[in-house]
Amino acid sequence: MSPRPGFVLDVDRSTPPTLFWHGERFSLETLPVGSRVIYAPEPIEPLADPSAAIRAALLDPVGDRDPLPALLFPGMTLTIAFDDISLPLPPMERPDIRQLVIEQVLDLAAAAGVDDVELIVALALHRRMTEPELRHAIGDRIYDAFAPHGLLTQHDAEDPDALVHLGLTDEGEDVEINRRAAESDLLVYVNINLVAMDGGHKSVATGLASYKSLRHHHNPQTMQRSRSFMDQHRSELHSANWRMGRLIADSGVTVFQIETTLNNDTFPGAFQFLQKREWEWKARDRMGYLATSKALDRTPPRYARQIFQSVKSPHRMTSVQAGEVEAVHALTTDHVWAQQGVVVQGQTDILTMGLPYISPYNVNSILNPILVACLGLGYLFNMYRGKPLVREGGVLIMTHPTPWEFNPVHHPSYIDFFEQVLSETTDPVEVADRFEESFATDPWYIHLYRTGHAYHGVHPFYMWYWCAHALQHLGGVVIVGGDPAAVHRLGFRAASTLADALEMAQDVVGPSPTLTHLHAPPILMADVQ
Amino acid sequence: MKSLVFERNLARFAAARVASVLGSGRGAGIGPLRLLEGDPPELPGPDWFPLRPLLSGICGSDLATLDGRSSRYFEDMVSFPFVPGHEVVGQLDEGGVDHAGRALEAGTRAVIEPVLGCAPRNIRPLCPECSTGHTGLCGNVAFGDLGPGLQTGYCTDTGGGWSTGVLAAHASQLHAVPESFTDEDAVMVEPTACAVHAALSAGVADGDVVAVVGAGTLGLATVAALHQLIRPTRPCTVMVGARYAHQRELAGSLGADTVVAPDQLARAVRRRAGSLVLAGRLTEGADVVFDCVGSSESVTLALSMVRPRGRVVLVGMPGRVSVDLAPLWHRELTLVGAYAYGDESSGDRSPDDGPRRSFDLAIGVVEAAGLGQLVSAAYPLERYEEAIAHAGAAGRRGAVKVVFDLRQSKGTVR
Repeated sequence: MSPRPGFVLDVDRSTPPTLFWHGERFSLETLPVGSRVIYAPEPIEPLADPSAAIRAALLDPVGDRDPLPALLFPGMTLTIAFDDISLPLPPMERPDIRQLVIEQVLDLAAAAGVDDVELIVALALHRRMTEPELRHAIGDRIYDAFAPHGLLTQHDAEDPDALVHLGLTDEGEDVEINRRAAESDLLVYVNINLVAMDGGHKSVATGLASYKSLRHHHNPQTMQRSRSFMDQHRSELHSANWRMGRLIADSGVTVFQIETTLNNDTFPGAFQFLQKREWEWKARDRMGYLATSKALDRTPPRYARQIFQSVKSPHRMTSVQAGEVEAVHALTTDHVWAQQGVVVQGQTDILTMGLPYISPYNVNSILNPILVACLGLGYLFNMYRGKPLVREGGVLIMTHPTPWEFNPVHHPSYIDFFEQVLSETTDPVEVADRFEESFATDPWYIHLYRTGHAYHGVHPFYMWYWCAHALQHLGGVVIVGGDPAAVHRLGFRAASTLADALEMAQDVVGPSPTLTHLHAPPILMADVQ
Repeated sequence: MKSLVFERNLARFAAARVASVLGSGRGAGIGPLRLLEGDPPELPGPDWFPLRPLLSGICGSDLATLDGRSSRYFEDMVSFPFVPGHEVVGQLDEGGVDHAGRALEAGTRAVIEPVLGCAPRNIRPLCPECSTGHTGLCGNVAFGDLGPGLQTGYCTDTGGGWSTGVLAAHASQLHAVPESFTDEDAVMVEPTACAVHAALSAGVADGDVVAVVGAGTLGLATVAALHQLIRPTRPCTVMVGARYAHQRELAGSLGADTVVAPDQLARAVRRRAGSLVLAGRLTEGADVVFDCVGSSESVTLALSMVRPRGRVVLVGMPGRVSVDLAPLWHRELTLVGAYAYGDESSGDRSPDDGPRRSFDLAIGVVEAAGLGQLVSAAYPLERYEEAIAHAGAAGRRGAVKVVFDLRQSKGTVR
């Protein structure tokens, strides 16, 4: 039986309560009659033989690019860059796609007599990955072959000797990327394209870039002009990356792009009810919900977090394409939409969403308040094509505990950003103008980024810029069940129940509002007509 | 007259100490403090004048004494029984003479500089400290014509401010209050003088980053003193760690550039100084830190955020604290006390640069900053248990300075 497409449910009196994520917990909420609930498509069939598909993609690339074996020769320098810990979400069960792809690239390189091979984690300004995380991503065999010899490195955007400035785009944007990657005879980039934003020229132009380069598109103005950044053709973020990517290509950097897509089979057995439609829950699902909810209610947040951090997703590969960047990415985007796209008729006054425990920037960490904002207003709000799900001036209601809590190892500059910047202003433009440079050049943050496992000092600014389009568009944001102090610091309103939040929202949008609930994860993209 | 009298009673002393575990000031009713009828103190000599208290503040050192948390260091500098109250504005019903030898008419309001050094003790010649104006450092506070007592409010012979009668004030202690001052302004002069002394003796330089730990009365007065006396000639950045919202608001209005919660102060200083962090301490940091709390935690915090060769000034009265001094040794820090007041001309001020006494300077700071606003509640003496409990929980209850109102009113609790 083929998987069913996405679905928009009209809530009536017989509709059972709807599942809302609430961090490491969830609840069942009764939505007003007439509300809509958007469900993701069911997981599409994965590739039957991923290894064979990878091999086929490497041997039969798309676009103006020779098959990989033809690009490999003895004495050449080969660099393989790959996506970092932020992908996929949640981390997938072993073997990770990166391992499967890189193993085959290395086999071909070995067969061609290539012996100058280095692997680079394309982490941009993200935190460095730990050894267990790297082993999970690329497998023990690759790790043990490369890491002890210094041939597996993590991109360092603050090492001037490891960067090379390739020039300026037509718009005057600096293009400065990893020197080893730029100066190799061939750069292979291995992507996991979880959402439509991932991949394309963004892989190299962002993943291997420096702050000097990133600041040209990671800023409030770019994000406000990206409607949305999940829609490449209406995304200024992508336009900038494409300009940079083309300059990189024109500079003589040969990129062999490999992109992969996943189905949205997101949660393993015990949590399968999380990705089912509530009216189709069977006794086992209801038992699973009850048992999990009760257990989590009795579990201190710290341990609940550990439980969820141990969850490995069963999602499987649905496509792999390789070759020239733009040709590859066009195919990839189609595959992403095939899995995630849902047609939705019209906008809504109030958009609700339950925020889960994880975002791209808190894998094995805490979803701090800034990341809560980014997950809701940055990511989920932007999961649209056409128009935002919520109308201009509408209200976004999110459910999440939003604790005033940070991981000091991963997010040191977030703490200062939250305490010292958001206490003065929440306007992304003012935030950028007044504070960005001092955080970006702070020697302590740079030290922690380069030597520890800290996100770069400027990273919380990017998270706030990610919210810029939503902040400009929305009439209000309410967080249900959040720490009031933390919620207020974000500039949002706190409500203790969904009913209270709906009343507060009506103060903004007026009586008898329309309401739509985004039932994610699993990830979905709304094609708003 | 009615007075609150602190008696030497070990059983009640122990009871207060136990009760203070529940919160500072909670043991006032069962401790060694009692409300008694009594006679006014005899004037110890010809230069003494009766001063009728109008308002008298409850200080952190008073609370420490009442709670039994004071350092035993002070045991020999106190004589029992005594009437507490060293933050006093009163009225000279019979007139008097002030510290500079000026006659004061009957009815003049005055504040007292409570240190009981050589002059009030009739010790001649003056000790080296008193002879140079540094009366706070006088070593004769247990000798001479008076019983032991480092200040009015700890000496059995002088009485104290927590009384509806009078206390004995020596001419060297008296400072007339400007006509424009409210009593609330005036009662803030003594704690402000402590802050003035601390601010002027800290060696703050042009462009320095200055951190203030704590924003109770002393912390806020220190911010005001820095803003009024230091910044006009040596612009500096003042960063404050304040626990409560009202304290943060006041610190900002008194001139602080940055006001954060205490646990955020080190991070804010680090950001301002562009410092790295090593062994839990800033490699660069504040040039001067004023510790206006005096606890193990506050001293540790201050030492962690001061730059190498920087200065930590203890403004709040510390007791026995536990602090790792390795960083002090390794980073060549200066840890210095700032007690009371005196002559400031040997500090940061030149002799010709206006007033010289901390008290006179404090009067100017109180006026310029409007520090009378820090008086949050006034209680009649009969409600001393409530008053002391309020003072002990001042921050939590949205207050700063709690005072006794001795003006035959019923007090006003804001």
